[in-house]
Amino acid sequence: MIEFHDVHKSYSVNGQSIAALQSMQLQVRRGEIFGLIGHSGAGKSTLLRLINRLEEPSGGRIVADGVDVTALDAQGLRRFRQRVGMIFQHFNLLSSKTVADNVAMPLKLAGELTRAQVKQRVIELLARVGLSEHADKYPAQLSGGQKQRVGIARALATDPKILLCDEATSALDPQTTAQVLQLLAEINRELGLTIVLITHEMDVIRRVCDRVGVMDGGVIVEHGLVSDVFLHPQHPTTQRFVQETEGDTDLASGEDYSHVSGRIVRLTFLGEATYAPLLGQVARDTGVDYSILAGRIGRIKDQACGQLTLALTGGKEMLAEQQLRAAGVDVEVLRA
Amino acid sequence: MSELLINLDWYEIWQATLDTLLMLGGSLLFTVLLGLPVGVLLFLVGPRQLFEDRVFYAVLSFVVNVLRSLPFIILLIVMIPITVVMTGTSLGVAGAIPPLVVGTTPFFARLVETSLREVDRGIIEATQAMGASTRQIIFNALLPEARPGIIAATTVTAITLVSYTAMAGVVGAGGLGDLAIRFGYQRFQTDVMVVTVILLLLLVQVLQSVGDRLVVRFSRK
Repeated sequence: MIEFHDVHKSYSVNGQSIAALQSMQLQVRRGEIFGLIGHSGAGKSTLLRLINRLEEPSGGRIVADGVDVTALDAQGLRRFRQRVGMIFQHFNLLSSKTVADNVAMPLKLAGELTRAQVKQRVIELLARVGLSEHADKYPAQLSGGQKQRVGIARALATDPKILLCDEATSALDPQTTAQVLQLLAEINRELGLTIVLITHEMDVIRRVCDRVGVMDGGVIVEHGLVSDVFLHPQHPTTQRFVQETEGDTDLASGEDYSHVSGRIVRLTFLGEATYAPLLGQVARDTGVDYSILAGRIGRIKDQACGQLTLALTGGKEMLAEQQLRAAGVDVEVLRA
Repeated sequence: MSELLINLDWYEIWQATLDTLLMLGGSLLFTVLLGLPVGVLLFLVGPRQLFEDRVFYAVLSFVVNVLRSLPFIILLIVMIPITVVMTGTSLGVAGAIPPLVVGTTPFFARLVETSLREVDRGIIEATQAMGASTRQIIFNALLPEARPGIIAATTVTAITLVSYTAMAGVVGAGGLGDLAIRFGYQRFQTDVMVVTVILLLLLVQVLQSVGDRLVVRFSRK
């Protein structure tokens, strides 16, 4: 759906060229929620803005929804932008217009619908984001979460195929964040919209994204399915992000467990396996004893997942590992 | 009481008030019509804006600064030949409007530029992201968002114009200022001076409170 071919972007600051993005290759699939995570200055915001060319690339090619975005002229770019929705960290609603007029704005700018059709569409959109009763209010009268809902309704007005989210929940409290993310997931499911979101919170990625790219210093240092990246982070930056949301010391710091006897393994459960009474079963069958050293259980998008670090003792550890693997558990041996 | 106000010719004062209002209205209209586009232009080519153009901005900015630094009383005199060409006379209401407009347009344009700069950049970006043309960005986002600021700028300009119209009395523009100079000052008719000053004060008060009210009405923040 969105492809970056060798895209780079540099700024000139005081006559010096500074690279914001270096030979970026990226594939976002149709209908998925793709998350980009990185600290400020990692280049994620630039990358997002290259998609609808709010930032001009210094080189390379970007193809989105079958259109070579980099080759568009001014007129073509405007028409393309009308098919790409965007929401922002600070909502960027017009304070001088009512909620309904804000939502109607992209439609009026496109000028393809009659006044009555615009009105009808605005009613539908406000109903979708649950703000029907606030149509005549001004943005200043709304809470942060409501403002972002208006932003989402506005972004959806022209029925886009792509939605770009620029730190859409970073200015919101945790509860409101959860609601807005839920709304995004709903839209993605029901409208088949492709969503690219950028964030500095791993939790946002974990809740809604299908795939994730981790950015650092203008490059994507790691990418893949959220469950893979989340449960088996490879790059130090990724590990730090995972650690931040988990408060998990075992993962990145590599605690050595020298004081613990036995074979140390890390089990990763995904989906159904998370809820199965596997450990007890295996322990009974093989006579292996286990003690739990560290663990985390949670959800990644709609999928349950868990990760346990265990010390196994009792002799038949290999058999126990085999049985766990057979049941769909990923087993990593940290210390034999 | 009637002893005190012996020099007052109420008909003349009424005429002068009318002239002042005409000069004010006429020059405010042209100032806004000319100053608004100039202000928008200044904003658009300004630093880090949509059509950043250092050279053009520097030139336009310089012209604005020159006109603003010229004392209005000098401008009144310098403008006389141009005014005659434009309106056929340098006297009366018609003769006063060109120098008044030239005097306040650069001032108003700067105020417009400033109020446009107050518009959140994110709003411009969001409007661009919707696929808006430059024209649409200006008319559908920038101007509506800057409206309270522009109304406030218009109020300040109108009040500046009140004092400029009084000054224009020096070169025969008519109006309350003219009355104050010819009767109040040159003939030592203090009562005329006091009445004209009170009328000017009232005018300023009314303009300011109407302006303030409009600003509040259009502020949605």
